[in-house]
Amino acid sequence: MSRHVVCRVDELPPGQHRIISVRGRTIGVFNVNGEYHALLNRCPHRAAPLCQGVVTGLITSPAQYQRELTRDGEIVRCPWHGWEFDITDGRSVFNPHRVRTRTYEVFVETAPPGEDEDPDADAAGAQLVQATIGPDDPDPTLETYPVEVEQQFVVLYLGQSKPAARPE
Amino acid sequence: MEHGTTALAPRGMDLGQPVIDTDIHCNVPNVRALFPYLSEHWREYITYSAFKGPVDTAYPRGAATSSLPGTSGPDGEAPGTSLKLVREQVLDPWNVELGILNCTYAVESLHNPDTAAAMASAVNDWMIAEWLAEEPRLRASMVAPSRVPEMAAQEIDRIGSHPGIVQVFLPVVSEAPYGHRRYWPIFEAAQRHDLTVSLQFGGAPGNPPTGAGWPSYYLEDYAGMAQVFQTQILNLVVEGVFDHFPRLRIAMIEGGWTWIPSLMWRIDKDWKGLRREVPWNTMPPSDYIRGRMRFSLQPLDAAPDPKHMLQLIEQIGSDDVLMFSTDYPHWHFDRPEEAVPAGLPAELRRKILSENARSFYRFDK
Repeated sequence: MSRHVVCRVDELPPGQHRIISVRGRTIGVFNVNGEYHALLNRCPHRAAPLCQGVVTGLITSPAQYQRELTRDGEIVRCPWHGWEFDITDGRSVFNPHRVRTRTYEVFVETAPPGEDEDPDADAAGAQLVQATIGPDDPDPTLETYPVEVEQQFVVLYLGQSKPAARPE
Repeated sequence: MEHGTTALAPRGMDLGQPVIDTDIHCNVPNVRALFPYLSEHWREYITYSAFKGPVDTAYPRGAATSSLPGTSGPDGEAPGTSLKLVREQVLDPWNVELGILNCTYAVESLHNPDTAAAMASAVNDWMIAEWLAEEPRLRASMVAPSRVPEMAAQEIDRIGSHPGIVQVFLPVVSEAPYGHRRYWPIFEAAQRHDLTVSLQFGGAPGNPPTGAGWPSYYLEDYAGMAQVFQTQILNLVVEGVFDHFPRLRIAMIEGGWTWIPSLMWRIDKDWKGLRREVPWNTMPPSDYIRGRMRFSLQPLDAAPDPKHMLQLIEQIGSDDVLMFSTDYPHWHFDRPEEAVPAGLPAELRRKILSENARSFYRFDK
């Protein structure tokens, strides 16, 4: 299990996704209506960069010749051959039981990043929450109060199993 | 034209079991044969206008691939006009338990819908009276005025519950692909009467038999008919005909079948990325073909090596889709031994010779 801070929550609003590189693989991290999901950026068909495809919805047919766009924002179409995958579980639409791509756990957590293995993300996180006092700062003898900026981060977990307990 | 030569008169073959022949042609000898089944008005109309019946160009008389020599009557009657010959040349020598008559009376070539409907009804009543009533081994595909699907549906409702009528006959070359909504009244009526629908070699005169327009030679028309069958299959599947009519079954008669695997591979592959165009399709296209379509065995576009034929059937992925046919009196094989691929496993052979048709046409009911 490894833990990777992806970005600040406000950097990944609903409907957006970003593709990050983690431990030699690229992964798409999606914000679908406020819920976060991560897919391996690799179509099981021909290894195309799946997450670079169009994010769309599921077209269903309530009756013959009627088409309805449902679950808008929850489907990604592979940019190569148009195979559709459910962002929430990595399963293909046309054969969900046999054709699917890898998914990962994503959580929203409060800093500090702690055991984060990604030094870049670590540094970025630290920068955001640390304050230093320089020579031009106000007189330190003045009465001051400790201030902590609590910032929420999107955190990705790589590994075989889910985290035992979701960090608060 | 030479009639009555017995040089290649069809011979039957003991296949070791009774067979169900899914394609036996019967032909209306001349338009006057239908007079007992036409109203006074239509008899007068036909006589007055010197109408000789619709022109079917699919099997030009005398063309080498048309009919086996020896199938014409003693007085030059066209092949397929005599029940006596059908008994002697097909039903008895092939040990036919049940045979399905297909009459290629091209009512779809008639542009007046009332004429087409009247002629279709007459042909159907003629088949019922002069073939089915006379020969218990026969069943029939009914002719339908398919240019006006509502009228075709009326004809299906008129005679569709007759126990000898098992199928609705449509020519494979049509004005538009049959999956289009305009044709749905036909499928609805067929399903209502639990009839299968068959698409049969040939077609509505006036429409080119290829997607590239009119070819120059009969050879192209004949050999190229497989592409029309493929077009119809694709359209029937993606328009959702099988989704919309859950009990509908469709037979492809006299169109060949060795091209099925590549068609299945192609459409399944493309469907994975284009599924959202046709979201009413609930399964891969090939599953509709295997599940709801059947194919007559002849013409057998035979690979010379029996093991290749077996491979083709394996590639189709189902032992259920092929149904024995002689396609009498058409000429697809010179020797009876060529009627069925050699080297088929016993169970598969039994299914092709009778069981697939028995279950498709609900002959057990």
